[in-house]
Amino acid sequence: MRLHPMPEFGSFTLLLALTLSAYTLVMGGIALWRTRSGRLDAGAGRLGETARRAGISSFVALTGAAFALVWASFTNDYSVSYILHHTNRALPTAYKFSALWSGQEGSLLLWAWLLSAYGFVLRIRHRVDVRLTAFASTILAAIQLFFLLLLNFAAPPFAIQPGPVPQDGFGLNPLLQYPEMVIHPPMLYLGYVGFSVPFAFALGALMMRYPGEKWIHITRRWTMVTWLFLTCGIFLGAHWAYSVLGWGGYWGWDPVENASLMPWLTGTAFLHSVMMQEKRGMMKTWNVWLIFSTFMLTILGTLLTRSGIVSSVHAFASSDIGDWFYGFIIVIFGVCLFTFFKQKDHLKSENRLESLVSRESSFLFNNLVLLAACFTVLWGTLFPVLSEYVQGTKVTVGAPFYNRVNLPIGLFLLFLTGIGPLLAWRSTSLRSIRRNFVLPGIAMGVTFIATMVLGVRPWSAGDDMQAELFSLITFTLAAGVTTAIAAEFLRGAGVVRTQTGKNLLTSTLLLVRRNTRRYGGYVVHFGIVVMFIGIAGGAFNQSREQEMGFGDSMQLGPFKLVCQSFTQDSNPNFDTEYALLDVFKGGKKLTQLAPEKRFYIASQTSSTMVALRSTLANDLYVIYEGKNPDTDKPIIKVFLNPLMNWIWIGVLIVVFGTFLALVPNMVRVAVPARVPVVAPIAAEAHHA
Amino acid sequence: MLKRMSQGLIVCLLAVVMLGAGDANSRYGRIGHHMMCACGCGQILLECNHVGCPDSDRMIGELRQQVASGGTDTSIMNWFVEKYGATVLAAPMRGGFDNVAWIVPLVLFVLGTLGTAVLIRVWKLRSGRHIPISAAVGASNVDGMRERIRRETEY
Repeated sequence: MRLHPMPEFGSFTLLLALTLSAYTLVMGGIALWRTRSGRLDAGAGRLGETARRAGISSFVALTGAAFALVWASFTNDYSVSYILHHTNRALPTAYKFSALWSGQEGSLLLWAWLLSAYGFVLRIRHRVDVRLTAFASTILAAIQLFFLLLLNFAAPPFAIQPGPVPQDGFGLNPLLQYPEMVIHPPMLYLGYVGFSVPFAFALGALMMRYPGEKWIHITRRWTMVTWLFLTCGIFLGAHWAYSVLGWGGYWGWDPVENASLMPWLTGTAFLHSVMMQEKRGMMKTWNVWLIFSTFMLTILGTLLTRSGIVSSVHAFASSDIGDWFYGFIIVIFGVCLFTFFKQKDHLKSENRLESLVSRESSFLFNNLVLLAACFTVLWGTLFPVLSEYVQGTKVTVGAPFYNRVNLPIGLFLLFLTGIGPLLAWRSTSLRSIRRNFVLPGIAMGVTFIATMVLGVRPWSAGDDMQAELFSLITFTLAAGVTTAIAAEFLRGAGVVRTQTGKNLLTSTLLLVRRNTRRYGGYVVHFGIVVMFIGIAGGAFNQSREQEMGFGDSMQLGPFKLVCQSFTQDSNPNFDTEYALLDVFKGGKKLTQLAPEKRFYIASQTSSTMVALRSTLANDLYVIYEGKNPDTDKPIIKVFLNPLMNWIWIGVLIVVFGTFLALVPNMVRVAVPARVPVVAPIAAEAHHA
Repeated sequence: MLKRMSQGLIVCLLAVVMLGAGDANSRYGRIGHHMMCACGCGQILLECNHVGCPDSDRMIGELRQQVASGGTDTSIMNWFVEKYGATVLAAPMRGGFDNVAWIVPLVLFVLGTLGTAVLIRVWKLRSGRHIPISAAVGASNVDGMRERIRRETEY
């Protein structure tokens, strides 16, 4: 009998984590039950403490399991089936590490480990609010229990390969052998898994009828950090698709991409609407269901991509764990529904909306737009299944559908991004609207005309009319929103300057530090505007494909590419073919690009390596498509993608703005616990 | 202002009227971007970069032939559906139940927008008349009220 110490250690730690999570759930639940209605019970308190410690220990156990799998990967332990199927000896070190999340079982282990890590932090910080944290901890333990049941019984990562141990593994999918792939999945999973925490707090707060909105203050940073991870994960994925897949685009509306976008949309809606609950005690039911939905969408996305319901290029094919997820999602929905109906009187709004033209209504419309986008994505993802059921034919719902339906929604959202912050809480007067909208209005008018003068004329664009019209509207709205944001900064800085006598730059910094959340939010909005500009640039994409032998040239836009040579090479991991192309503009050589095609030996699959010259104005994106067998010359495809970099810059600005919003204010204002409002305030609310 | 708005409207109308014009090359591009490669790579036909793809070259050739033969967009797409099945279209475009894919999001969005506007209107009516701040608050509670205003108006 063969001995497999590390895989057995991994299996043991998974079983231990399962036991500890079950203990946290059961004993934590009993402790909470015994102390319901605020009854003092020292025994229950001690029991709750043991449950908390068991939850902390489950993180240690799962860390052990993750370590065991990574160890098996680094030591080429092909007795473990998972390692055999996802690594090989020649695989570079970084990718041996990323093998942890490159397959079904490993990614489920990563999910469980991250969940336990979040639980660890939550349980360590339990003094923030002991009872609420105990509720959240117990709910997290229930979620963790589900994933550990999967890992122990349905998709064990340490399953032993029957028969003799092969000398080498089958290798990692070549598409995953790219530096971004080392961080994209963990980021995405940090986002997915992270939404479990605000979900657990929201459900816990509802179960215990938590007084006031303090739970929102407690979870605010959790939600923002989670949202940030998901944002980074999504865009790292988009950048990976752009840089690796070699089709010239970054978003293909694949079900897996859609699965990540849906919780992001509802999570964004939650981040906005929760402010209405914090400030005015409104939208409590809505917010609770938004965070419930966000969490359920993360599970639904996992169900869609792991059950084989929808086909996707990079889904985990069809597997039998889909039934587990069906069961889990039904249980979650049942628990949420039951708790909601049991406690719904606790969610009564303390205020009502008073005007159609107010900050509150802009949040409402913002939520509507984000949910409409989310529904469209979900509808498009599921429509092939529905179509097959209704008419017996599976149809494809791809980019043309999503682009056409979501573009108007996106533009409306961009519009709201600009006007929302200009509206006052409760109600905005006509005078205030006039004052706040003059500058953005002028900026929009000027940009509209300037853009047309510069050549964006949809009516003469023929087949590209729709895309150019979208660009024209985007550039116009972007100018308006940017001006509105800049005006907000300047107005606030002007007030600070009057108060302190400091210069404008110092005053702006002071302003931001006094209310990081508000101004961080504006920076995030600006980042979104920049991203929209980048997306709008897609209307002017050009491409060309040509066979290019030695000395052959190709012209695309202002660029001329000349083939200097083409050759091949090999290393233990892959064989490669590449071409060396000199890039000229106006007769001057700019750079040399080397598009490449690799053939990975272990997995016997090919992959393209895009050569990219990226500037603020455009990306020159070159692909080596292969060789023409008749002429033995390489076929080169070139894309000219204008403004592409702005998308990634926009993401960086969003990240910066979110970090800013996470920083505590310089002068901490003690906000007393919200009390129900007895009478409305009539004075028109103003900013700051 | 009204004049400017009507000018804008005319521009939009003109744009809509001119939709659909284009030469054979742009038709090839447009139709090719509305079809999927049949090899199962999940990519748009003209974007398929699947190395050694068994289908895309042949399909692109067929598309060029169909466009050159002068058929309408619909007839070309129907030809491809006949040959490769409905999944060759990148979006539901065959009429009938396919229309549901387009209508449902639109209807829900319109209903949602109307519903939100009605909801705000109902809430506004229910909230009744505004009470002046001086009437709502005694002088002794002004500080508390100021704090509430600050809280409610902080972003």
